[in-house]
Amino acid sequence: MTTKSVGRSVARVDALEKVTGAALFTDDIQFGPGLLYGRVVRSPHPHALIKNVNASKALALPGVKAVVTGADTPGYIGLYLKDRHIFCTDRVRYVGDPVAGVVATSEEIAEEAARLVEVEYEELPAVLDPVAGAQPDAPLLHPDLGRYEVVPFIMPKPGTNISNHFKVRKGDVEVAWGQCDAIVEATYRVPHIQHVPIEPHVAVARWEPSGEVTLWSSTQSPFAQRDLIAQTLGISQGDMRVIGPYVGGGFGSKAGVSMEALAVAMAKKVPGRPVKVRMTREEEFFCTFVRQGLVARVKIGGTKEGKILALQVEYYWDAGAYTEYGVNITRAAGYSSTGPYTIPNVRTDSYCVYTNHPVGGPMRGFGMPEIHWSIEQSVDRLAHALGIDPVDFRLRNCVRAGDEIVTGMVMHPVGMVECIQKAAQAIEWGKREPASAPYKRRGKGIAACWKAPAMPPDAASEAWIRCNEDGTVSVGLGGQEIGQGSFTVAAQIAAEALGVPLEWVRISRPVDTRYSPYEWQTVASRLTWSMGNAVRAAAQDVREQVLDVVARYWEEDVANLDIVNGEIVSYHSERSMPLRNVVIHGLQLPDGTWIGGPILGRGAFMPAYVTALDAETGQGERAVVHYTVGCQAVDLEVDTETGQVEILRLAAAYDVGKAINPDQARAQVEGGVVQGLSSALLEKLQLEQGRPKNASLVDYRIATAMDAPRQVLAEIVEVPQDDGPWGARGVGEHPMIATAPAIANALYDALGIRFDDMPVTAERVYLALEESRGRGERMTR
Amino acid sequence: MSIHSISIAVNGSSESLTVPSHMTLLQMLREVLALTGTKDGCSAGECGACTVLLNGEPVNACMVLAVEADGADVVTVEGLAQPAGQGNVEKTLHPLQQAFIDAGAVQCGFCTPGMLMSAYALLQRNPQPSEEEIRQALVGNLCRCTGYNRIVQAIQGAGSRMRDTGSKQEVGR
Repeated sequence: MTTKSVGRSVARVDALEKVTGAALFTDDIQFGPGLLYGRVVRSPHPHALIKNVNASKALALPGVKAVVTGADTPGYIGLYLKDRHIFCTDRVRYVGDPVAGVVATSEEIAEEAARLVEVEYEELPAVLDPVAGAQPDAPLLHPDLGRYEVVPFIMPKPGTNISNHFKVRKGDVEVAWGQCDAIVEATYRVPHIQHVPIEPHVAVARWEPSGEVTLWSSTQSPFAQRDLIAQTLGISQGDMRVIGPYVGGGFGSKAGVSMEALAVAMAKKVPGRPVKVRMTREEEFFCTFVRQGLVARVKIGGTKEGKILALQVEYYWDAGAYTEYGVNITRAAGYSSTGPYTIPNVRTDSYCVYTNHPVGGPMRGFGMPEIHWSIEQSVDRLAHALGIDPVDFRLRNCVRAGDEIVTGMVMHPVGMVECIQKAAQAIEWGKREPASAPYKRRGKGIAACWKAPAMPPDAASEAWIRCNEDGTVSVGLGGQEIGQGSFTVAAQIAAEALGVPLEWVRISRPVDTRYSPYEWQTVASRLTWSMGNAVRAAAQDVREQVLDVVARYWEEDVANLDIVNGEIVSYHSERSMPLRNVVIHGLQLPDGTWIGGPILGRGAFMPAYVTALDAETGQGERAVVHYTVGCQAVDLEVDTETGQVEILRLAAAYDVGKAINPDQARAQVEGGVVQGLSSALLEKLQLEQGRPKNASLVDYRIATAMDAPRQVLAEIVEVPQDDGPWGARGVGEHPMIATAPAIANALYDALGIRFDDMPVTAERVYLALEESRGRGERMTR
Repeated sequence: MSIHSISIAVNGSSESLTVPSHMTLLQMLREVLALTGTKDGCSAGECGACTVLLNGEPVNACMVLAVEADGADVVTVEGLAQPAGQGNVEKTLHPLQQAFIDAGAVQCGFCTPGMLMSAYALLQRNPQPSEEEIRQALVGNLCRCTGYNRIVQAIQGAGSRMRDTGSKQEVGR
């Protein structure tokens, strides 16, 4: 079948609005003079008991309308594990934990009033390291862990700080070590980083006297926010409405619920008045979500024939004060702990550890960039120890269709081999090339990756399509446009499946839970695949309804009818009719009666085949819906006098199943690569005794236009997904996963030095070079 | 806090406003004039999302007080596209805007207005910038989605298109 809209690099449907400044983001909505502003009183301590909160001075300030404290929000909230209050009740667990909220007529008054709220604390010993925090004698953050509501696939250990322990026991690693010709071991550390969307979090809530609640928020998850906030505050989901305008970057930070419930709780105190809460850039760094830190201990062994025989990993996740969302990162890390390799003997322990650090949450890659930093350097180390070329070694061990992978699941058709080959070829792997100056060193490195959508097994999508009088079609969807291009892809899928020109398709925005169809969340790189299936089904439903009416009208067999470019055609009688003639008013039969009427198509998709895993072994029939795989290769230069790393070329190849919009797929790769590079070389949230030290864009640097590699070569591989629309699967997160380890492996190639900890700043490279030069001098003396 | 009367030209339209002394140009544009195309990403002059032209020079509108802009000529992203003709609702995109669309230089779109204004200012002072000059001109404009390269390509493309048509495509005056 030839396609007209799918597979084409059409321009984004939201681009015109965005280049003219017309696109509406949450903070752009005008609420008029009734708008109130909320500010949050936050804990200055990493761990303390709240002894008293006194808001009398704040309430006395003119312009202050209300103060909310934990006493107003006694319930727990959370996605997978309900371990968090909206405002703290008796205890604070990180610097920034919300203790009270002040509502006032201006942001300035609210801020002043927030300073007037007096809170008495009794400080407690803090947990600042995940390995120490996992020990039985560590200070306990959540004595009530055993009483928290939790989904069945998360396994908390009450009485400890471990809120999830995911295990893999496959084969027998102890026996396998004896059969290995080389074994390498190392410990890797990944710091907390922050998503840094350019648009900070913002939420506006209005609680009507009738009990109906509306929340406007910059969110990846209108429906999850509706559900979770409604549950915790005792609102019927039917009375809770979430409106999600365009999102100015999410990267996971705007998934689930982070700060939005604060606005709703504040609005309850001032019925009928909208209350706006916006995070300052400083708050954005440690008061919404951060990426979890990780300490990874990896031991891996293989044979001189080049087969990886055994892998043992321990992941200690520095998951922060609340792990309501992060517990599933720990799980995903466990069931993907081999990376994209088929290894017969595996022992994995992935621990989600409460610490008195900012709340760890989802971030682009959902644990995969962190674990691949350790896996891909370990695989590289083992290749070198065995004297095998790192590309060749990866090709010998990477996952192929039919392999039994880490969880016992059988691997689906996958283009891993092709991705490795394409990435390596693109930077002329194997060709030694000179550095551009005598004081520079050049190196090449490679890293592969995989990632499955991490979500509940039954995460669902729904879509509708309505036809308009002129034949244009309105597509209703619940997935958010966060920059990844979901609206464009949905429009392409609708046009293709229905048989209309792309220009006829309108995306019904903003997503509004009152009118839009259901979508679990805009996360996990799942929209093209899952929402795409729902949109396609809705379009097919429209087609069937339209063709049924026309078949009766023409008295023809429906099997001979089609919709092509907006025209209903018969291949039998060669009659045709514009779509617009039938979609609203129906058709009049020769006897004067009518058939048909307004057409509304409905589609849904929910994977029904994911199975549970054994709690002791992590084994089961099908752990995940699918994996998207890819590979990146880096050609870089290091300035030995400054430690500065320059990426000369970066090639990335991803198996997307089918690129609905190839150019957008490449754009995801390019952007993800630079975010990965930024994390590898620049980013770390500096925490001292739990206190953030660099919560500004000056002190926490992210990659600028100067830092981006001048050459990013994005390659697309297409091995179709059996249940994806036209074979498509997602790729939004994956480009960030392999970049950092590919850079680390290239640095090893250039310098002979391993960097086990992220980020590899110029300063660290310089100091490592100094150390090795010092050793060299001592050796020659 | 005192209140000041100011006169200011925004996208070619004269405005007489009263503003409090601590109000920034960014707040004035977004909250008083409802020109919300200009974005607030950090309120500290670090991200560039609020870049506008003040008397032809790019500035972070969050770092300028509204009273400082008294008598000034301000151009925002809303002023880039020009009316397609007399009495015509539709607008003709500035070559930079079209180039951003064509190059796929837009993702979430939050940095886009500031990027466009910085790029516009660059092309006004240097119609033929090299790739490195473009990158340097954008260091104050952070983007977390695109990886920058398509933005650089878009600006190069717009620059050559504007040179071909022999136009500086000045706006807002």
